[in-house]
Amino acid sequence: MQKVSFRGFRGFDPNSPIMTPDYILTVRGLTKTFSGVKALDQVQLNLRKGEVHALMGENGAGKSTFMKILIGLHTPDSGEIIFEGSELKASDVNEILKKGISMIHQEILIVPELTVAQNIFLGQESNRGFFSWIDEKKLNQKAGILLEQMGVTISPTTPMKYLSVAEMQMVEIAKAISNDAKVIIMDEPTSALSDKEVATLFGIIRDLKKKGVAIIYISHKMDEIFEISDTITVLRDGKYIDTKPAAQLDTPTLIKLMVGREIDSLFPVSVAQKGAEILSVKNLSRAGKFSDITFAVHAGEVLGIAGLMGAGRTEIARAIFGLDPVDSGEIYLRGKQLIIKTPQDAIRSGIGYVSEDRKKLGFIPGMSVKHNMTLASLPNHAKGLFIQDKSETATAAQMIADLRIKTAGADQKVTFLSGGNQQKVVIGKVLLASPDLVILDEPTRGIDVGAKFEIYKLINRLVSDGIAVIMISSELPEILGLSDRILVLSKGKQTALLTKAEATQETIMQYAVH
Amino acid sequence: MENPVQTDRNPVGISTKNRIRGIGQYGIFIAFILICLVLSVVTPKFLTVSNLTIVVTQVSINALLAFGVTFVIITGGIDLSIGSTVAVTSVVAASFAHPDTYPVVVPILAGLAAGLLLGAFNGLVITKSKVPPFIVTLGTMTIGRGLALILSKGRPVSNLSDSFNFIGGGHLLGIPTPILILIVFFIICSVVLKKTVLGRYMYAVGGNEQAAQASGIQLNKVKMVVYTLCGGLAALAGILLTSRITTGQPNAGVGFELDAIAAAIIGGTSTSGGTGTMTGTLIGALLIGVISNGLDLMNVTSYYQQVVMGIIIIGAVVLDSLNQNKN
Repeated sequence: MQKVSFRGFRGFDPNSPIMTPDYILTVRGLTKTFSGVKALDQVQLNLRKGEVHALMGENGAGKSTFMKILIGLHTPDSGEIIFEGSELKASDVNEILKKGISMIHQEILIVPELTVAQNIFLGQESNRGFFSWIDEKKLNQKAGILLEQMGVTISPTTPMKYLSVAEMQMVEIAKAISNDAKVIIMDEPTSALSDKEVATLFGIIRDLKKKGVAIIYISHKMDEIFEISDTITVLRDGKYIDTKPAAQLDTPTLIKLMVGREIDSLFPVSVAQKGAEILSVKNLSRAGKFSDITFAVHAGEVLGIAGLMGAGRTEIARAIFGLDPVDSGEIYLRGKQLIIKTPQDAIRSGIGYVSEDRKKLGFIPGMSVKHNMTLASLPNHAKGLFIQDKSETATAAQMIADLRIKTAGADQKVTFLSGGNQQKVVIGKVLLASPDLVILDEPTRGIDVGAKFEIYKLINRLVSDGIAVIMISSELPEILGLSDRILVLSKGKQTALLTKAEATQETIMQYAVH
Repeated sequence: MENPVQTDRNPVGISTKNRIRGIGQYGIFIAFILICLVLSVVTPKFLTVSNLTIVVTQVSINALLAFGVTFVIITGGIDLSIGSTVAVTSVVAASFAHPDTYPVVVPILAGLAAGLLLGAFNGLVITKSKVPPFIVTLGTMTIGRGLALILSKGRPVSNLSDSFNFIGGGHLLGIPTPILILIVFFIICSVVLKKTVLGRYMYAVGGNEQAAQASGIQLNKVKMVVYTLCGGLAALAGILLTSRITTGQPNAGVGFELDAIAAAIIGGTSTSGGTGTMTGTLIGALLIGVISNGLDLMNVTSYYQQVVMGIIIIGAVVLDSLNQNKN
């Protein structure tokens, strides 16, 4: 294998007749239809040994359908998949796994009560059938060697539930390697990792590359894509758009390919006027999570909160919203001290919270868009005990139009919406409780570029309507692009409160690792 | 729709999904009609006013219990204690229902109070201790049975007043009172579930407890109310039963909780919470009643009836999950 010092690109041109690249996986004309709608239409992919191939596209572009076909969860309508020179016809997940295609899912699939080693070898403990004896000692040993090779220090005998998300991810990778995977698909592997953990992951990926393992990498984070990938394939609306070496692309061009139009500026301009102080927090502390946090937010202002994973950002938001208790410190709303014990207290006082974990804290999946949106303000639509359907329906319809939520109707269940639209439903719910302050925790996590832009516009609208906004984000460009002031946290302590003029990616990072 | 789905994953897919789901909701109703049709052909005695009246009268007790347990299951819980609540209520109500002692409201209120108390006890322990409802109500089931035996000293409480016996044994406008009670409480429970804030909160708590909490819903309050309601409906069923058999029975209601849970599940209430309707539960209860009545009419022994009932419960849930998977 050729060694290169610059970003992965090896001068490979798919149309060049001179090179005969050793493709490990070739996909041609892949088409898949769900209920008459083409989820994938003539999709192609050429994957070389030892390359990191990024698969890009907005949510709904067909990435997950594509990957689900590759690992045998879906059967394609037509098209061919050639793996190591022969056509892959199997539609059995286990068979494909044995042939060497593994996937690391976005939602980590582990058995929390089993140990690390037991999880790694789950399903391959022994090849002698159901009732054969498991040699725990040998498995622990093998797992230990595997993890050591990866350069991670996790004990094979630790129960999985005690690991951090990042460590669990490493175990999943170890599992894929133990399976002798030749192709590893990684779906948003860094969505829950800190920068340091991302660096470890990338180190492992580079090692895998050296061993000739090909990686299909799915992520919404542009900087990561350019850091780790060699080749980029773009899908849009289920169609194949283009494949290019990463070195020949930059962020705007890539976004243009993904969205199919140009987004002139990623961050819309805000015209909001800073008003009176809405919330102020004094010496807020919670043992083991954060201490001595002091800041204020004004009407018409976005206060960004930046920091690494585990810096205490979400914990502060949860405490202000009454989801977690605080040990000491005071919270004032419009100068009046508040005692917030439950989310209900917070909502009544005019605080809204859009959680980082949409699925867990945001919405009720089986409920309709309408019912989800009115959930936090239902008494406003009730006379006595009874819900006034007319008032509820009208309010929901207004909000759907207002936030431009794409749904088949107010009675559509939220599960069927795309991530961006689900997020808008959650924001709609929070807004219907008429808050003075909205806390947005990772408001654009896991949603595509186009929808991100709409959320940004929405944030600007909130502040120009005189609402105070606290925005927590791991994406520095987002923090820089939208915040008027930026609170930087490090290990539960506040290390800086920067004005827009003072803040750059570098200064924020400097204070975040303080 | 001015704002149709355009870039969303698949607009056509959504409508097809809804269509399939729609059929799923009516599936139990269609099955019910089909079984009734078959029974009317097989046994001519089935489709007569007198027989159907008997069926519905018999179903009323199970249906009342099932309404209560439907509330509980929608919030993601379970209540195994309602059969014992029936026994406690039966003994308590009967003790106040002897002729020429108290007016008839007294045994009714006393019985209701007993049921509400047991329900509130469940709610209190579940919300305060975080012990799973299955365990807590399993405990209450045993406690309740013991209480019923203690209060009655293990003996049936007989000699009840005529006015009390009218509750479950009388007729109004030619209709047996249990049927009237059933209709009234079916309407009340449906309205609570579909039209009130409380009903909406039940779905929310069962659909995603954490999201419900983050929306400002007081989980403990909702659960408290739901278990208390369930106890109250069980008390009502207990009073009805006592009046029908004209005795307070400490051994009444054994296994009733399972029939009630079965009715709810056959009617489409998911044990994982967040879904279910009173109409579904009513049809579930009627289905159980109609089948055991039909098997009776065909002279099938009760041993076989139990096997058939078990198959129907599993079948209903299997069909439902197949339907879910299709989506």
